[in-house]
Amino acid sequence: MGTVRREQHIECSPATTWDFIGDPARLHEWFPLTDCRVDGKKRWVTTSTGLTFEEDIVLLDHELRRFQYTIVNNPLITGHLGTLDVMDDGHGYTLAVYSTTMKPDVLALVIGGAAGVGLKKAKSLLEGTV
Amino acid sequence: MGRRILFITTDQQRFDSLGCNGGTIARTPNIDALASQGINYTRAHPQNVVCMPSRSTMITGQHVATHGVWMNGVPLPDDAPSIAATLRTAGYKTALIGKAHFEPVVDPFGRFVENKVAASGEETAFHVMPDGSLVPHRGFDHLEFATHSPAASLHYSAWIRENHPEALGMFLPNLDMDLEVNSKGGGDTNAPQVHHNPINKEWYHTDWVADRTINWLDSLSTDDDWFCWMSFPDPHHPWDPPQSELGRVNWRDLDLPAGYITDAARREEVLRNKPAHWMGWYDGSFVSNYEAPAKWIPATLTPDQVREVNAMTHIENELIDEAIGRVLTAIRARGWQDDVDIVFTTDHGEMQGDFGFLFKGPYHVDGLMRLPLIWKPANSAHLAPNVVDAPVGLVSLAATFASIAGLPAPEYVEAPSLPVSNDDARSRGFERVLTEWDSVLFDKVVRSRTIHRDGFTCTAMGRGMLHDGTEGELYDHRNDPLQQVNLWNDPSHQSLKSDLLSDLRDNLPRTVMPLRTCDAPV
Repeated sequence: MGTVRREQHIECSPATTWDFIGDPARLHEWFPLTDCRVDGKKRWVTTSTGLTFEEDIVLLDHELRRFQYTIVNNPLITGHLGTLDVMDDGHGYTLAVYSTTMKPDVLALVIGGAAGVGLKKAKSLLEGTV
Repeated sequence: MGRRILFITTDQQRFDSLGCNGGTIARTPNIDALASQGINYTRAHPQNVVCMPSRSTMITGQHVATHGVWMNGVPLPDDAPSIAATLRTAGYKTALIGKAHFEPVVDPFGRFVENKVAASGEETAFHVMPDGSLVPHRGFDHLEFATHSPAASLHYSAWIRENHPEALGMFLPNLDMDLEVNSKGGGDTNAPQVHHNPINKEWYHTDWVADRTINWLDSLSTDDDWFCWMSFPDPHHPWDPPQSELGRVNWRDLDLPAGYITDAARREEVLRNKPAHWMGWYDGSFVSNYEAPAKWIPATLTPDQVREVNAMTHIENELIDEAIGRVLTAIRARGWQDDVDIVFTTDHGEMQGDFGFLFKGPYHVDGLMRLPLIWKPANSAHLAPNVVDAPVGLVSLAATFASIAGLPAPEYVEAPSLPVSNDDARSRGFERVLTEWDSVLFDKVVRSRTIHRDGFTCTAMGRGMLHDGTEGELYDHRNDPLQQVNLWNDPSHQSLKSDLLSDLRDNLPRTVMPLRTCDAPV
């Protein structure tokens, strides 16, 4: 399994950050996607190239501020777990961490790259610089 | 009206593949003529031996430490310096046709401009500068992209899909279902990445790149100044030239290359005297980088497979030479022949059997580092033909293009324009050429820094998974042209080694930190 982690400091309270990026239905507002749909424990996300990924929501813990999901029913992806953690940086601001572990290994790099730009966009939106 | 520039690149081509450089198999009369009429550099090195970092050096005129594309999969920022943008500002019409690869190809999120431009069908993409002006992507007015097969979502793929959809499945899939470089064998010998491709020659990407270049040149006015980067994806694997061309070179007729050590025991002895990542790759225990098939073990490579890979490569190089010939004919037909500078090179080499390997990786030897580089100045420049054996790097290309256009070297470049003679090289300090490698493929980390000077190549390994930072390689090219004797620990060479390492440290720019993230495998 390939594993990648991306981190982003956000000058915003963890509660406010979690309200935004912890909402599974708002992923497309900050992640490089064109569409996102949630139905119960299922989520479907679509990229600008027209690819749609079906996902199972594994965990949505508002106390821990942790979201976990796994891509399912994909002929190429034989293993996956994505985790988003929103933590206090010790000064009242946010440390957001997005990690992904998957097979094929190298796809972790691609998801990690998208997560990196997504977290930067979330930072801009939450800090009001966009 | 100034001097126009045709910049021709191939992908993964060895120095010794051309007739002008001693090659005896592939017939390359057009490139050989450029060499005989121009300046042939016999010791040109890339600043990194894989595509994205090396190409980023070409366009920025910067070492890898500065432009920051430290391995494949790290995108060159959209606002990175570009010699094409500099030339365009000076009034040049600009185009890049063929393989770009400043940004990852594997891009399911559609993040990267190269893929977006191809998907949109637009001629280029524009970026808004801080002053509100619009600048085309990397300074190119016109972009048409291709890579090694129609599988990617680039212009060539769209052209095949639209015009010859039956050809989509004819190429060898470059990646397997694990998205690793395909180790699948084919051809007559089951060599990895060899494939008999039934595609028509006219539909193959080599001819497509030439056709699209001619089409763009035809769109220009006679008085236009222009800079055209014509970038062939071959002879990079997969080795799948049109099957109709296989009769050009029969692999059964080929001698084994000089760098292939036939005796396995002797080969392994040579490898054991190199840093540990050499033997680790050979026996399949340490595949450090994405650019070689993860599931292929070099120790299984047979002499016939080496012959067949070489034959396929020679065929691809002949096709490239013929395609170049067609473009040169088109240039003459426009009456530009006296005012066009032509620069031919490649981004890195190919092992092609050396030491029992194919493909590429963190191995700083001539197979990967010694590149063909030819500059045929415009006739109007009145520069005498020459052979330059001083060490030069692709890092000098950007300043060279600026000088051709009559511009000063841009402030962003880190190397002067190419010398036009050995005397010129001596007077302008062309003493050394530097190459960097960094790769982090999950838990596999390899770092090295290399200097070539005074006929020696010296590589210092950084700390990594197999190295503690004390290992390295030192080769004496005069006495050991195949780099089979590692002098790193030889007592009589310690003073020289120390001097070379000191020179390396003094001349390599400090790496810009933090390193940018790797966002894709390639």
